[in-house]
Amino acid sequence: MTASPRVRARRRLAAFRITVFVVLGAFFVVPLLSMASFSVRVPARGRTLDYWKQLGENPELRSAIVTSLELAALTVALMLVLLVPTMVWVRLRVPGLSRIVEFLCLLPLTIPAIVLVVGLEGVYAWVTYFFGDSSLTLTFAYTVLVLPYAYRSIDAGLASIDVVTLSEAARSLGASWFTVIVRIIVPNIGSALLSAAFISVALVLGEFTIASLLNYENLQVVINLLGKSDAQTAVAASLASLLFAFVLLVLLSFVGRRSSRRVTATVAPAPATSTTTPREA
Amino acid sequence: MVTTSATRTGLEVRLDELRRSFGGVPALDGLSLTLGQGELVALLGPSGCGKTTALRIVAGLDEPDSGRVVVDGDDVTTLPASKRDMGMVFQAYSLFPHMTAQQNVEFGLKLRGQDGGQRRTRSIEMLELVGLSDQKDKFASQMSGGQQQRVALARALAIEPSVLLLDEPLSALDAKVRAQLRDEIRRVQLEVGTTTLFVTHDQEEALAIADRVGVMNRGRLEQLDAPEVLYSRPASAFVAGFVGLMNRVPTTVTGGTADVLGSRVGTLDGSIAEGQGDALVRPEQLTVAAAPGATSTVVHLSFLGSYSRITIRQAGGVELLAQVPAATVSDLTVGTAVTVSLLARTVLVASSDA
Ligand SMILES: Nc1ncnc2c1ncn2[C@@H]1O[C@H](COP(=O)(O)OP(=O)(O)O)[C@@H](O)[C@H]1O
Ligand SMILES: [Mg+2]
Repeated sequence: MTASPRVRARRRLAAFRITVFVVLGAFFVVPLLSMASFSVRVPARGRTLDYWKQLGENPELRSAIVTSLELAALTVALMLVLLVPTMVWVRLRVPGLSRIVEFLCLLPLTIPAIVLVVGLEGVYAWVTYFFGDSSLTLTFAYTVLVLPYAYRSIDAGLASIDVVTLSEAARSLGASWFTVIVRIIVPNIGSALLSAAFISVALVLGEFTIASLLNYENLQVVINLLGKSDAQTAVAASLASLLFAFVLLVLLSFVGRRSSRRVTATVAPAPATSTTTPREA
Repeated sequence: MVTTSATRTGLEVRLDELRRSFGGVPALDGLSLTLGQGELVALLGPSGCGKTTALRIVAGLDEPDSGRVVVDGDDVTTLPASKRDMGMVFQAYSLFPHMTAQQNVEFGLKLRGQDGGQRRTRSIEMLELVGLSDQKDKFASQMSGGQQQRVALARALAIEPSVLLLDEPLSALDAKVRAQLRDEIRRVQLEVGTTTLFVTHDQEEALAIADRVGVMNRGRLEQLDAPEVLYSRPASAFVAGFVGLMNRVPTTVTGGTADVLGSRVGTLDGSIAEGQGDALVRPEQLTVAAAPGATSTVVHLSFLGSYSRITIRQAGGVELLAQVPAATVSDLTVGTAVTVSLLARTVLVASSDA
């Protein structure tokens, strides 16, 4: 008797879900399809892939793509070098500081890019003084930018293993701190590091505001310039970078799913006697 | 089985007046303890008494506020954990999840620069020692808790540690595996001869495994003695209460003797000198006999194989627990009037509030 209203409710929910999915899907897909169609059409002459070929041939675009990829790689490297040892150290030695570190890492999320740039301008006077004015110096700004996302991801990875016990075991077997991080911690949070890297790459490839306001040339800045002279190629480039980011995010979700399965399989059950000291947990 | 280390004798380890406090609260309050060469000492005490803190200081994972750790005459107090050559087995499962059992055992050897062949031989030998050579290619996630702790033991022993440190390695395991692995740890320890400090809150475990047992209370050592001595001649009410079940029988001490359950018996060192107190009496130091008209009655009986445990309520309402050979009490049931008498010649009498 109660089943039929419940079934009806479930059907209504399913219908609602499908509607939402279709509307949102259209919202995302229609612009992409329009971009795709725009990027292969020559007014009054039919279709062509010339604009897509331009991606590899237009020298400015090509160098911007290279720059952005280099920026992505450097940002990932700097982010990992800064975050992993710091976060491991905080967990092991000064767990009391973890709240402060988390706050600092999440801070960039709350600061609008414009505001960030105003602050960064002063800093970049020095950055330019020390590192020259290559676009690659954007690495520093971008590392700050990706911090919140990377922090979240790595933090989840570290939470899934018993960092304290594993590193103490390794220490007692003769491992230096460097060895502990490189040979014990990193291999066990591999998928968390990978997802931190992916999301950083996606962010860097799509970044426009900071680069533009600081007068550097990255992919999005060049696409924007190009849009004024050669709209089709610009759209092709935008679409390509969007698709690339999309592929990265899909990969990311796979990595995330696989790692969660592995974690449940490998993490030891909690000891039967629970203790109050966090150290022993 | 183990040819390389069987001939080695363990090193002497001395903990000297160790103090460590956390936020002003002392966790170790002047702990001193010497482990003889190749000796297995169990540190026994309630949760929070400072056992883990002591072990971590010995391992170099924590630093004492004052005091020293001396191994074979060398002061190692300031040496980092990675330079101390101490094998440690933790309460929590600590195998490296991304390595197989064998790779785990080889890890310490790799860090010591041993070549592949040597490492393999040694790690297989160690896994054989703990009875797990057939599991060498398994990951921690594919092994039971007991197997993981055995591999952890093999890993700790592979580096031929100067001292073996075990922090409640069995507490996460179920009772049957626990008893089995406990005996196994002892066998392995005797075989390799490594000086060993074994921390536990389980008195049965400590008494079963150790050459000597140190009972800790509030960061200090209350008594350090062989299991039999600890059991029969506890140095304080705390030790008596912690080691084994204990009855408290109200009594009065006069001139070095006390009247307990109708017997006049001597008092052990550490007893109160004069006046009212509680005699601490173990269940197996009591005998029970049916006696129609007596004022004590049986309120509970449990048959435990070769012996029985009997709870008796005395006239004043005080309950006693007796443990006697099952055959001697086959005539008792709940409600039977009984007399209880003391087998021991001497008892420890503590003040009633201790
Ligand atoms: N890292 C720490 N920070 C604060 N207090 C601690 C820490 N480690 C231990 N303690 C305290 O020290 C006391 C002894 O702890 P511990 O050595 O772990 O006891 P046990 O191993 O005997 O159960 C406890 O009261 C515990 O709360
Ligand atoms: Mg402990």
